[in-house]
Amino acid sequence: MILAWLIVIPLAAGVLAWPAARLGNAWPRWISLAALALNAVLTISLWAAGGALPGVRGAWAAELDWPWIADLGIRFHLGMDGFSFLLLMLTFVLGILSVLASWREITSGTGFFHLNLMWILAGITGVFLALDLFLFYFAWELMIVPMYFLISIWGHERRVYAALKFFIFTQVSGLLMLVAILALYFAHHAATGVYTLQYTDLIGTPLDAGAARWIMLGFFVAFAVKLPVFPLHTWLPDAHTEAPTAGSVILAGLMLKTGGYGLLRFVVPLFPGAAREFAPFALLLAVIGILYGAVLAFAQTDLKRLVAYTSVSHLGFVLMGAFAWNDLALAGALMTMIAHGLSTGALFVIVGAIQQRIHTREIEGMGGLWAVAPYMSGAAMFFTMASLGLPGLGDFVGEFLVLAGTYRVAPWHAVLAAIGVLASALYGLKLIQRAFHGPNVHQLAFPDLRPREALMMAVMIGMLIWLGVYPQPMLRAFAPALDALQQLTETAGHAVR
Amino acid sequence: MQSADFLALLPLIAVSAASVSVMVLIAFHRGHRSAALLSAAGLAAAFAALWPAARVAPRTVTGLLTVDSTVLFYSGLLIAATFVVAVLSYGYFEKRETRREEFYILLLVALCGALVLVGSRHLVSLFLGLELLSVPLYGMIAYLPEQRRSLEAGLKYLILAAASAAFLLFGAGLIYAQTGTLDLPGLVSLIRAAGPGSLLLPAGLALIIAGFGFKLAVVPFHLWTPDVYQGAPAPVAAFIASVSKGAILALLVRLFAPVLEVASVALIFTIIAIASMTAGNILALLQDNVKRLLAYSSIAHIGYMLVGFLAGGQMAATAVAYYLVAYSITVLGAFGAIAVLANGHGEPESLADYRGLFWRRPALGAVFTFMLLSLAGVPVTAGFFAKYYVLAAGVSATVWLLALVLVLTSAVGAFYYLRVLVALYARPDGRREVREEPPLSRADWVLLGTLAGLLLSLGVFPNLLLAVIRRTAG
Repeated sequence: MILAWLIVIPLAAGVLAWPAARLGNAWPRWISLAALALNAVLTISLWAAGGALPGVRGAWAAELDWPWIADLGIRFHLGMDGFSFLLLMLTFVLGILSVLASWREITSGTGFFHLNLMWILAGITGVFLALDLFLFYFAWELMIVPMYFLISIWGHERRVYAALKFFIFTQVSGLLMLVAILALYFAHHAATGVYTLQYTDLIGTPLDAGAARWIMLGFFVAFAVKLPVFPLHTWLPDAHTEAPTAGSVILAGLMLKTGGYGLLRFVVPLFPGAAREFAPFALLLAVIGILYGAVLAFAQTDLKRLVAYTSVSHLGFVLMGAFAWNDLALAGALMTMIAHGLSTGALFVIVGAIQQRIHTREIEGMGGLWAVAPYMSGAAMFFTMASLGLPGLGDFVGEFLVLAGTYRVAPWHAVLAAIGVLASALYGLKLIQRAFHGPNVHQLAFPDLRPREALMMAVMIGMLIWLGVYPQPMLRAFAPALDALQQLTETAGHAVR
Repeated sequence: MQSADFLALLPLIAVSAASVSVMVLIAFHRGHRSAALLSAAGLAAAFAALWPAARVAPRTVTGLLTVDSTVLFYSGLLIAATFVVAVLSYGYFEKRETRREEFYILLLVALCGALVLVGSRHLVSLFLGLELLSVPLYGMIAYLPEQRRSLEAGLKYLILAAASAAFLLFGAGLIYAQTGTLDLPGLVSLIRAAGPGSLLLPAGLALIIAGFGFKLAVVPFHLWTPDVYQGAPAPVAAFIASVSKGAILALLVRLFAPVLEVASVALIFTIIAIASMTAGNILALLQDNVKRLLAYSSIAHIGYMLVGFLAGGQMAATAVAYYLVAYSITVLGAFGAIAVLANGHGEPESLADYRGLFWRRPALGAVFTFMLLSLAGVPVTAGFFAKYYVLAAGVSATVWLLALVLVLTSAVGAFYYLRVLVALYARPDGRREVREEPPLSRADWVLLGTLAGLLLSLGVFPNLLLAVIRRTAG
């Protein structure tokens, strides 16, 4: 029951926030904050009650199964294991961050802005919880339109173009996934005589190799666009750059993670055989993404675009971890997802804060910011270091685990990807040096972090240090879920052969 | 005829009686309000008469008409859609300085034609219904004679509809010459058993398909659509999109599905469906006029429904019925939003007229948004589940090519619906003069609110409608 509330609360808060804007711009913000805080508390309480259970086959930390469209085998089926729990917590933390980040940035249409924001978060929550493929697709599509509005209404100069590009990419790939879902649905019916869209039932559906290959590709394309995987990444820099700060935080921090989640939760477990065949290509794409993203990030002159391209690079590790598919790599992929969400989210907040103060994102227009705003520059330095994988911070743990796991199955890929880690130091240092150090040539002067911003930064810094120094509780939380997924693919893989 | 026959025809009789009553009323007392109220009451009575009719169904009345649960389901849809059009027309013509009362007679007669068409089981009643539907439409499309566009559209529709009727008649003649029967179920089983044997039968069949194609406005018989949609008053365009096309599609699904077993017929419909989806969506990309855009979008949507029709089987019948209901609600809502924004001088047509509508009129903007999202097939709207279901029918019948075209073209489709949305949500820049937008009457609010509510509730709880369809049309 509480699981349904996790989706309903943001939806309702959004609907409430819209008219509440008439009472004053603060109302929608507080309503959204309250809803997200409530969701976070509910999720933690569910987790505390349920505990770290393996997840698949009935042993969920929390589960909800209602009939929905009975004769098509569609059920309102939600489930939470350690994997979804961590991503949900990330969702609510970054949700709160994005509400706070838009506190001063969004001053017109505040009610409608928060309606969209909360509906995106509801869709993402649904994606992380859905155990019915129709429900999954429903939630998957639900987050697209509000994000489109967020970019196209409150975005920057080329917002309409960026929003359309985002929409078309995600829409086409989503529809391909829908065809794949339907094909799987009818294949399952042909094999067993049962119409079902339940995740746990569909695992282990006997498919012939050719069909499995095509159906897996349908899923993979949808997740690859979101993740993003080279060469399907071109929507990302535009969307991230043109979106308002809250939009960038959610895009980079959460929406990309839905792609990673899909790979780990659906693609490999549902099609273990086809995924194994596809793994060499996927690993290659991951390596290309890691290197290519890093090189392009280095070439950017727009601060926000630079950060956007770093996402292409870092999320390559998630793809790599998903297809290396052993315990180290999987744990690493998940850690990367969480840590990247926090560090890149915080970076986008800082870039947004700078842009709001000096009205440019061009690195050329900056320089010497350290003297003007030492706290802000220090925070930027910290998150850049986190993002380029400084040991002792969260991102390092994730990428290290992925590399270690991948080395076992594909040493050369791991070696090449490690070069990407080096490259990230290049663009990270370039960013810090050009924007924050050096002489203040443009005679910039603006206020440093405000208390609200400082608080946000402090919390994020704390979390990243915790992830980096003591990741054990985190790893323990999702270990049973990842073990269960692995066992599942073992047995399912045998069933195919 | 027995009393049970009359009972079975009660909805049709109620509509006919209503049209005659409106005519008599006008003869004595000319009043827009009273004429509209009487028509609405007649339509409500016709809708209520579906239940007594259902008690004697299934029944064949005089060899011309069938009354069974499928026919009654579609009749209900057509009557309800006409009711919406009537309410919209009242608000729309109230702002105009014309003779307004006769419009309702035409509307009711056109509905009679649609009801006959849906229930027909004989080529004669089919032709009768089709003409009864078309002839009043000439008048309805050209109802605002002071506008040249409207006249032009009416004339265009007249010529093409007359031509298509001639095609249909000639086709029927050829078929009669070959088979000696005009009875539709008999013909269908004859064709299915023998295949199109000699030259006359395929020629006749082709001509009939062409006649239907004109009415459905599928490619390559679609050329009249954008002009007529643009020229016709918005409520009439809504009527064409929902009732006129819906009646023919319903007939197609109800009677002609078995003919698809003949490979060549299936091939023709496959080509038509693919061409409609592709051309409709691509041509809509080029439009800056919202009514023309909706016209091209309707071509594409008929193409989607044909995918369901072609998939065949139980699932397909349900899918098409669901799609038709969802599409009717959506298109009525979309044209409804255009109609309520019309003032004494005309309708908002170009995209520029819609710039910033959301910020001026948030509630109306939200309703229009839901309608556009439903057309694009986005979740929480009925259009989403409709498209899902049609696609499921296509995949289950493994018509992969059609399913793939549907997916790709509807992605293109999303693009132009978004263009309208971009305009709706654009910040008013203050440079352009905003056209005068009249306030909405309470009836308009209730109507649009109901349509939006239906759209959302069917989008979230599709099983509400699925249960009805399964009991009747499934």
